[in-house]
Amino acid sequence: MGFLKKSPWILHYDGSSCNGCDIEVLAALMPKYDVERFGIINTGNPKHADVFLITGSVNEQNIQVIKNIYNQMGEPKVVVAVGICACTGHFFAECYNIYGGVDKAIPVDVYVPGCAARPEVIIDAVIKGLAVLEEKQKNMKKNA
Amino acid sequence: MEIFSIILYIILAPVAGGIIAGADRIITARMQSRVGPPIMQPFYDVLKLFSKQNLVVNRFHVDYVLCFLIFTVISGGIFFGGGNLLLCIFALIVANVFLVLAAYCSNSPYTLIGAERELLQMLAAEPMLLLTAVALYNVTGTFDISDMLKTTHTPFLYIPGVFVALSYVLTIKLRKSPFDLSTSHHAHQELVKGLTTEMAGPSLGFFELAHWYETILLLGLIYLFFANMPIVGIIVALAIYFVEILIDNINARIKWELMLKSAWIVTLILGVGNLFVLYFLSL
Repeated sequence: MGFLKKSPWILHYDGSSCNGCDIEVLAALMPKYDVERFGIINTGNPKHADVFLITGSVNEQNIQVIKNIYNQMGEPKVVVAVGICACTGHFFAECYNIYGGVDKAIPVDVYVPGCAARPEVIIDAVIKGLAVLEEKQKNMKKNA
Repeated sequence: MEIFSIILYIILAPVAGGIIAGADRIITARMQSRVGPPIMQPFYDVLKLFSKQNLVVNRFHVDYVLCFLIFTVISGGIFFGGGNLLLCIFALIVANVFLVLAAYCSNSPYTLIGAERELLQMLAAEPMLLLTAVALYNVTGTFDISDMLKTTHTPFLYIPGVFVALSYVLTIKLRKSPFDLSTSHHAHQELVKGLTTEMAGPSLGFFELAHWYETILLLGLIYLFFANMPIVGIIVALAIYFVEILIDNINARIKWELMLKSAWIVTLILGVGNLFVLYFLSL
């Protein structure tokens, strides 16, 4: 079944970022980069999504939200941490309310460095995430 | 012969519906100066949805969505099998009721709002659908679609008002802007995905499949207005679909009051008015 690769629907969540990566993710959906060419749709609904894009670091307030969204997504699913804040927490890492990168809350499959991450890199990351997605689907079938 | 065309409908309608949906997405993308997905994209999407995990919120949820699909197929089967037009429209309403039930059996507020709006959409659209059947009966003298196709005159020339009113209501039935109140194919709406919010994986796949069957059925209804000219009928049906895409792209979603009022006003003036004119001319 290669269809997962042809229609990865993304869900975009903004943690506590400065909105920089956030806007770059949206830029990828706009006419210039137009990721719908690859069948990528921004769903805004965890139950429909295959790829979970998170920008910004995890803090006290959003850790439960991120876990909730992750648990609401159907298998197979992939998490992409977009931007250095989502990878490690970056310069917010030492703040009293910050836990660090997204991997402090949920398992992350692809890390995208950069401040802000460029749209090209985000598209590359999603494509890389698709390989992980296929791998997960194979494992799902094996276990089933 | 009828069984043959019903089987043909069951097999070919999702193929045609999917291709129309794919063309819809490409045309929409071009209107927004984007390239858009490949034409087969809706098939990839649905096949992917069937390979995903089915997150069940309620033990009846998937059954109701399946009933929505089954009754839509039955409705289309009656239509393309040359059956009774009234029966076909009633089956379509039953299918819609099952969709609303599917939405009501979850606890998500988005889905519940979507379900309520779907009821309002039905309230706005169904009178016109029934009136279409009545108008076609007035012109052709029968409710049977197989007999309607044998008509020698073009129904459109007698009931152009009904045709325009049906096209207006078609926007509601096809879930396009400005009447995509209950759900929409476009993301980031105020109610997430409306009544499909809780449908995950296969159940969303069934919903999409049913929508393709529904699209073909509704375009068939447009075709009936040109029943004696097959090629013109098909061209007009496709042209109407193109106009729907255009309207979808140049309009924002409106409030339900305006949808209900405008749909009923159009139904009353163009639909009922047309029938009155027809009645007085025949006196």
